[in-house]
Amino acid sequence: MNVMNRVLDQYNSKVYKNRKEHMVGVNNNENNNEIAANVRTIPGIISQRGCCYAGCKGVVLGPIKDAFIITHGPIGCAFYSWGTRRHKAKKDEGVANYLQYCFSTDLQEPDIVFGGEKKLKQAIVEAMELFRPSTIMICSTCPVGLIGDDIHAVAKWAEKEYEIKCIAFSCEGYKGVSQSAGHHIANNQLVRYVIGEGDRKITNKFSVNLLGEYNIGGDGWETERLLKRIGYEVVSTFTGNSSMDDLKNSHQANLSLVQCHRSINYIAELIETKYGIPWMKVNFIGVDATIETLRNVARYFGDSELTARTEEVIADELDSIQEDMEYYKSKLKGKSAAIYVGGSRAHHYQFLLNDLGVHTILAGYEFGHREEYEGREVIPFVKPDADSKNIESITVEPDPEKYHVYLSEEDLKRLKEEKLIDYYGGMVKDMKDGTYMVDDLNHYETEEFLKLLKPDIFFSGIKDKYVAQKSGILSKQLHSYDYSGPYSCFRGAVNFARDITMGIYTPAWSYVKSPWKTAPVLSGSLGGEAVC
Amino acid sequence: MRQVAIYGKGGIGKSTTTQNLTAGLGEMGKNIMIVGCDPKADSTRLILGGLAQKTVLDTLREEGEDIDLDYIMKRGFANIRCVESGGPEPGVGCAGRGIITSINLLEQLGAYTDDLDYVFYDVLGDVVCGGFAMPIREGKAQEIYIVASGEMMALYAANNISKGIQKYANTGGVRLGGIICNSRKVDGEAELVEAFAKELGSQMIHFVPRDNMVQRAEINKKTVIDYDPAANQADEYRALAKKIDGNDMFVIPKPMKQERLEEILMEHGILDL
Repeated sequence: MNVMNRVLDQYNSKVYKNRKEHMVGVNNNENNNEIAANVRTIPGIISQRGCCYAGCKGVVLGPIKDAFIITHGPIGCAFYSWGTRRHKAKKDEGVANYLQYCFSTDLQEPDIVFGGEKKLKQAIVEAMELFRPSTIMICSTCPVGLIGDDIHAVAKWAEKEYEIKCIAFSCEGYKGVSQSAGHHIANNQLVRYVIGEGDRKITNKFSVNLLGEYNIGGDGWETERLLKRIGYEVVSTFTGNSSMDDLKNSHQANLSLVQCHRSINYIAELIETKYGIPWMKVNFIGVDATIETLRNVARYFGDSELTARTEEVIADELDSIQEDMEYYKSKLKGKSAAIYVGGSRAHHYQFLLNDLGVHTILAGYEFGHREEYEGREVIPFVKPDADSKNIESITVEPDPEKYHVYLSEEDLKRLKEEKLIDYYGGMVKDMKDGTYMVDDLNHYETEEFLKLLKPDIFFSGIKDKYVAQKSGILSKQLHSYDYSGPYSCFRGAVNFARDITMGIYTPAWSYVKSPWKTAPVLSGSLGGEAVC
Repeated sequence: MRQVAIYGKGGIGKSTTTQNLTAGLGEMGKNIMIVGCDPKADSTRLILGGLAQKTVLDTLREEGEDIDLDYIMKRGFANIRCVESGGPEPGVGCAGRGIITSINLLEQLGAYTDDLDYVFYDVLGDVVCGGFAMPIREGKAQEIYIVASGEMMALYAANNISKGIQKYANTGGVRLGGIICNSRKVDGEAELVEAFAKELGSQMIHFVPRDNMVQRAEINKKTVIDYDPAANQADEYRALAKKIDGNDMFVIPKPMKQERLEEILMEHGILDL
């Protein structure tokens, strides 16, 4: 029996039928590697997925440093989303930074019964008295959706009353099938109420937006340093270390770079339609991946000086890390990894692991859609279901004043045909035969796959990290990077290699025994008469 | 202690019937508490002689958790204890959650004393969500009376409420005690409601005729028994009180399909009107 069947074997027929569709033996199927994704988790299964509020407030909005985010609901959601994601930000002169704070309306029983709008207004009044923010964002949690507080009306009231920007997000946790719904809701509102409002003077024609980069452990800073070194101007980063003013000016860039495709592709596409800025899927995780990305971006701008400068910087950055990378590769070569994270990261990190001679044997996303697995070419074939239709999808028209083009129509067409822009190929094309893709990998399956595949490292999150480590497998959180980072670009690769090497070679492992190393593999009893 | 919940279509006369009926029981010397489960908080007006009540939820909101029972429980005609759950104004918050909260609070405050013979829950309209089913959940009200008339929508609502009762009958032990017909002077009304009740497996426990006396008493913020003890209508409510006090027919209702309901209406000529 193959590994997938051995894991599935424990399920009843209904669950078996469902989960089977979420598992693919790469290039070892008659289904063109088709995978089921972005559908409901079966109730009762311990999923590692997050909720809509987590995707909206936690992922997309949380890193905006001068947005005063009020979590409207009982206190738990606010408290447990406070400072857990390691999206770093620096205080800029003249720009507020609220990242260290946690604001909530702390709804109590009487507020649920009588409605929470009054308390929300009061929270805004207090925020204005104490902090005077220029932007307030309201994120609602489950009970607010049930009792029907009109948070959008409160936002309008606040805008009028205080002449500030106030945006409401109906991102109640129960919406959608995972945090993915929350990304979409956040994207919609940012396009509606933020992007396009800035009038900062952009003089550098090599101007880019860095989309889907949340500056976890400082990743965004490292990427920005590299881009600036080559000569790019990073107009905005969505949303790591960003200010509202950065986001408002993003319509002025000449190219959008998309790091995390899942959480930001809506904005990438809407910006293109409305302002004429194409987007390019990039990957700054991994040395070779970063080099390829930098060369692709240079190709888009098609400037010989920029191209030469790109090669110069690549050579110099490589030179500074080569020795370290070789050392770590000698320690890690031949190891194997399983990755279960995100809606893009499980793909990105395979490149960095590849640089270090570590092969990935299992990869999966918590909240990815089919296109992050199989590539955007499957989008026309993805059937929208009631859950996805339930999340609003917005459309935009070209902006008559702010629409601008950098490339000629001809060049644009050529680059699109080459799939250099407006395209993402998904993870499966970069995975080797005999490896596995598993969507919405649950707790039981995690334990079983680890037992059967025995990877040396399991990359995941806080929910399953210690299950792996207690059974003797190094586990590293790729949501928060534990306490480390940055892992992006050249220097980040060294940080990552060092952390993994430390983890694998720590003497602590001699104190842990995997269950399968102590439990007998075979059991039996003596037949016939007992003998003395 | 018998705990009784009164349900029925909105505007059918649940609060009026409950108060007139409890006045009758009170006259018989019974100890009674009425718990109004309607955000409008008008379930005890006739017993108290006006809207004199601080609601449980308003008090909870203003005073926090530390509430004195005397503050929210007032005594009215025949020493009947009156409590209003209260709730949000229309269009905001969650009235259903409010009922759950206030009944839990009443229990914790010790409102359910052993000397009570009856607790009546007067519940708003239809059983639209879990909160409005609270009085029949978790072993609270054991018997239910549905107020209905011969009008189609009233019977339709009664049938729906029976579905709610059926759902909780097996877990909570709640039973249907009967249908109280609050007459709207529809032709063949008594026969129709009787047939309907029989189809549910229950009974029409009493036919309360329509009488302007009820409205006259209401304008004076009184029950009929209080306002004019000698009136015919006062005797009707006394009769209803007696029947309920002596009732021993408690069933799990068998709600009918829409088609069957329409058939019964047809049989009794209502659709010919």
